[in-house]
Amino acid sequence: MRVVSTDPSQLDRSGDDRLISIRGATLAYPTASGEPVQALNPIDLDVAKEAFVSLVGPSGCGKSTLLKILAGLLRQSEGEVTLSGTPLTGPSPHVGVVFQQPVLLPWLTILNNVLLPIRVQKRDVDQYRERARQLLSMVGLDGFESRYPSELSGGMQQRVGIVRALVPDPEILLMDEPFGALDALTREQLNDDLQTIWAEQRKTIFFITHSIPEAVYLSDRVLVMSERPGRIVGDFTVGLPRRRTLDDVATPAFAELTSQIRHLLNAKGGID
Amino acid sequence: MSVDTATVAAQTREAAPRKRRRSKGSGDWFAVIATFVVVVGGWEAVVRIADISAIVLPPPSLIAVKLYDGIVYGTFLPNLGYTLTETVLGFAIAAVLGITLGALVAEIRWVRRAIYPYIVAFQTVPKIALAPLLVIWFGFGMTSKVIVAVTVAFFPVIVNTIEGLQNTDHQRIDMIRAMGAGRFETFRRVKLPSALPYIFAGLDAAIVLSLLGAVVGEFMGSRAGLGNQILIFNSVLDIAGSFAVLILLSVIGFLLHLILVMVQKRVVFWTQVHAVSSGA
Repeated sequence: MRVVSTDPSQLDRSGDDRLISIRGATLAYPTASGEPVQALNPIDLDVAKEAFVSLVGPSGCGKSTLLKILAGLLRQSEGEVTLSGTPLTGPSPHVGVVFQQPVLLPWLTILNNVLLPIRVQKRDVDQYRERARQLLSMVGLDGFESRYPSELSGGMQQRVGIVRALVPDPEILLMDEPFGALDALTREQLNDDLQTIWAEQRKTIFFITHSIPEAVYLSDRVLVMSERPGRIVGDFTVGLPRRRTLDDVATPAFAELTSQIRHLLNAKGGID
Repeated sequence: MSVDTATVAAQTREAAPRKRRRSKGSGDWFAVIATFVVVVGGWEAVVRIADISAIVLPPPSLIAVKLYDGIVYGTFLPNLGYTLTETVLGFAIAAVLGITLGALVAEIRWVRRAIYPYIVAFQTVPKIALAPLLVIWFGFGMTSKVIVAVTVAFFPVIVNTIEGLQNTDHQRIDMIRAMGAGRFETFRRVKLPSALPYIFAGLDAAIVLSLLGAVVGEFMGSRAGLGNQILIFNSVLDIAGSFAVLILLSVIGFLLHLILVMVQKRVVFWTQVHAVSSGA
C-alpha cells in the first residue's frame, strides 16, 4: 500500500493523460475601495483523466472559486486553464457541475430536471431520455421520473442533482461540497453511490469537501488548500485499494493519511 | 383611495408541501356569516326604527330589491358587460406591457438606466388623477376607459416583474449557466419561471385596479357602463340603486380576483404566494 505525500512544487507531472491543466491561475476581485481582494494565489495543478481528486481546505479559502473557474463561471485573473489542451473560456459541455444544494427547478418533473442540460445544449432529447432513466435507476430513483422535487427528500434531490450533471455524459464532474448539507447516514450512502458512478461511468471527478475522511475515502488524490488567498499546499496520493468500503475507514493506513492531512491543514490555518 | 401601487411583495415558500390544509374550517364560515347577519340586520333595524330617509341611507332590503330589478328588468347586465370589457381589455394590455417592459428593464442594462428611475418616480403619482385628462384626450367612448385602466393597472405588473426577475436565486443562474446557457436560455428556463409568483401577485393587484380605472373613467364622462349607471342613479337621488351597483361591482371585483387565483394555482403550482398589499 502506497501512501505518499509529495511536495507541491513537484506537481508538474507531464504526460498525455492530463485532462485538466491549470498554470498560474489567480483570481482577484475588484472591490469598492479600489484595492482588489486576492481570492486565489497562483494555482498550478494537473488532473489526470479518470482520476478522482478531492480538494480540502478551510472555509473561504477559495476552493469554490477554483471550482467556479473550472466550471467556466468565473474567469481567472491571470494564468491559463486548459481542458485536454484547449483553453477554457466559459462553461464547457464536457464539464458537469454538482452544487452544494441540489438546485432543482421546482416546476419541472425529476425527468425534465435531469434532461435540462440536454435542452439547454440543444441536443436531441429523445436520444438521452433512456440514459436519464438508467442513471436515475442507478441511484435508486426509478419510479420518480414524473414526481416533482418537493416530493423528494434532501438526499434524493442531491442524487437527482448528480444525475443531471451526468446525463450529457461529460468527461469531468465538478462537485462543490455536494453532501455537506446531508445527514451522516445519507452522506455515507451517497458516497457509496458516487463510487459506483465513478467506477461505471469512468468520469474525472474534482470533488470539494470539508470532510477529510470523505476526501480520503473517495479519492485517488487529496489536495490541501491554505487559507485565503488560497494556494495548494499539499498533494496526497491515496493508495488504498478499490472498491472501498466503510471497513477501510477503520484501517491504520486510512487513519495515518487522514491524520497527515489534518496536521497539514492545522499548520496552514486549520479547518472548521 | 390611494392608487399608489408601491410594491406587492410576493413571499414565496417553495418547499411547502403540495397538499395544503384548508385555512377555513366550518367554524370560521359561521363567524363570517354571523358578522354579515348582525351588520345587515342592524343596518335594516336602525334605518327602520330611526325612520331614516332612503335618500340618505337606504335599508338593505330596498338595495336587494333594486339589485334584483336592475339585473332582471333593468340595464345592469348590458352596463356590466361594457365595464367588464373595459376592465379585461385594460388588464390584458397592462399585463402584456408590464411583463414585457419589466423584462426589458430587468435584463438590459441601458433600458434599466433609461427607464427605471421614471418608473420609481411615477409609482408615487396618483395615476387615477389622470382620468379627466385621458377622457378629454381619448373621448367619451370605451378607449379612454381602457387607457385609464391600463394606466393604473400597469405599475403593479411592471414593478413585480422587475422585482421577481432580479430576485432569481443566484444558484439557479449558476446552475444553468454552467450547462452553457446564454442569456436568453437563462431568462426563459430559470428567471421567468422563478419570477412567476411575483408576476402573479402583480397581476392580482392589476385586475382589481383595472376595474377601478374603468369605473373612474366612466365617472369622468361616458355613455354606458356601471360607473355611468351610478352617476345616473345619483342624479335622481336613487341611493339604493347606487348601492346596488356598488354591490355588483364588488362581486365582479371579487370574482375577477378568484379567477386569477385559480389560474395562478395552476400555473405556479409549486409555490404559495401571499400578496402583502394589493396597493389600491
